[in-house]
Amino acid sequence: MSFGERFAFNFIDSKRWTYIADGLKVTLQITFLALLIGIVLGFVLAIIRSTYLKTGKLKILNLIAQVYITVIRGTPVVVQLLIIYFVIFGTVNVSKVLAAVMAFGMNSAAYVAEIVRSGIMSIDDGQFEAGRSLGFNYFQTMIYIVLPQAFKNILPALGNEFIVLLKETSVAGYIAIQDLTKGGDIIRSRTYDAMFPLLTVAVIYLVMVMIFSKLVNMLERRLRNSDH
Amino acid sequence: MTINNGETLIKVEGLKKNFGKLHALNGVSEEIRKGEVVVVVGPSGSGKSTFLRSLNLLEEPSEGKIYFEGVDITDKKVDINRHRQKMGMVFQHFNLFPHKTILQNITLAPIKLLGMSKEEADKKGMELLERVGLAEKANAYPSQLSGGQKQRIAIVRSLAMEPDVMLFDEPTSALDPEMVGEVLELMKQLAKDGMTMVVVTHEMGFAREVGSRVIFMADGEIKEQGSPKEFFEHPKDPRLQEFLSKIL
Ligand SMILES: Nc1ncnc2c1ncn2[C@@H]1O[C@H](COP(=O)(O)OP(=O)(O)OP(=O)(O)O)[C@@H](O)[C@H]1O
Ligand SMILES: [Mg+2]
Repeated sequence: MSFGERFAFNFIDSKRWTYIADGLKVTLQITFLALLIGIVLGFVLAIIRSTYLKTGKLKILNLIAQVYITVIRGTPVVVQLLIIYFVIFGTVNVSKVLAAVMAFGMNSAAYVAEIVRSGIMSIDDGQFEAGRSLGFNYFQTMIYIVLPQAFKNILPALGNEFIVLLKETSVAGYIAIQDLTKGGDIIRSRTYDAMFPLLTVAVIYLVMVMIFSKLVNMLERRLRNSDH
Repeated sequence: MTINNGETLIKVEGLKKNFGKLHALNGVSEEIRKGEVVVVVGPSGSGKSTFLRSLNLLEEPSEGKIYFEGVDITDKKVDINRHRQKMGMVFQHFNLFPHKTILQNITLAPIKLLGMSKEEADKKGMELLERVGLAEKANAYPSQLSGGQKQRIAIVRSLAMEPDVMLFDEPTSALDPEMVGEVLELMKQLAKDGMTMVVVTHEMGFAREVGSRVIFMADGEIKEQGSPKEFFEHPKDPRLQEFLSKIL
């Protein structure tokens, strides 16, 4: 078969390209929703952790956060995905995508939390004190003064975490979700041609990662230009 | 502005502060009256900063009480944030917000805490900047300013909240010598306008010229205090005599 024929056979015949397109949609959907959970939960965990480290308050919550982060970071994400789908949601009928969003979101949160915590801890105590001395309470000081500075410092690490997350969702097939990876794999099983569909999948991931890295770089540069 | 002599603004009773086993403050009692400029001096580690930072509860006292405008602010039920709005503080290292412009540094607290509109806060901020001759820096970032300019902005940032007292912790110690003057000049101006000030400093010239009272601290205690004249000309405490002989 010529190159053109192989391409047509893998992607055009029986509209096989829809496996890739639909899979890509699912991958993006899971990634962005998981990212949302990861950021929100990650920031909450980070604020709890750094509040404890700075003031000694929130002892119990800090302990819970610490256990959470240790367990999540100490176990493989595939295992977490399987546990959430088959154990935690085992008896209730919940959509697979939702289970995956939960699993990847909760996983990402643990990593985001450590990134954000280190960002908060790297801000000079004088910034906290200046905020508090003006009459801001602890959380206002966090929101208006500390987090915007921390965010700028940790943006590269957060962008990296997003890239990791995007690629990690490729194991969603373990609970029979048809994401991008699974879509390519289905084509492979139909056409018995491994190279075409799998390389296509790899290139799509790579392009997405490159586009996203570019976006993060641009954002970083804009933030950096706003002070010196 | 009229100086209302005699009216107590801050009252400190039996203030102690321990850091673990270390006794940074060993029972300090003091009153700051309206319009006073109280200068605090003493050797390194004597507790000057700890004393000053206790006044707005940046350091939580281990023992003792602090009354501000008649309210016991060490009472856990008191909303300390409201009272801190009325107590400006200026730090040795300025602590300007590097991610905000000079004008934003000044207007952040009035907008967020006093509910001032942005227009009003900007207008007031610009007036304050005019007053210290830094209006052209309104849209610059802190990193573009000299040390002396930064400290003057830090003072303006506190003033924007219209505080009843200003606390200074070695405001000129991190400055190059040629920039000390501009900051002291601004502080002198404030004093002249009737601002109540508590100033920890090594600038004895400022203490003599501007201070209404000078306090000497050592070992976490107030060892001696008096008018600048009697303080510098007739020191009684041997530690103070030794301190002055070294520093003057
Ligand atoms: N956060 C802290 N933790 C532990 N010890 C502290 C802390 N802050 C101050 N101390 C100690 O308390 C004592 C008093 O410190 P303080 O900073 O009040 O002194 P100071 O008179 O301001 O000195 P300096 O002139 O060097 O600024 C010192 O022995 C200092 O080491
Ligand atoms: Mg000090």
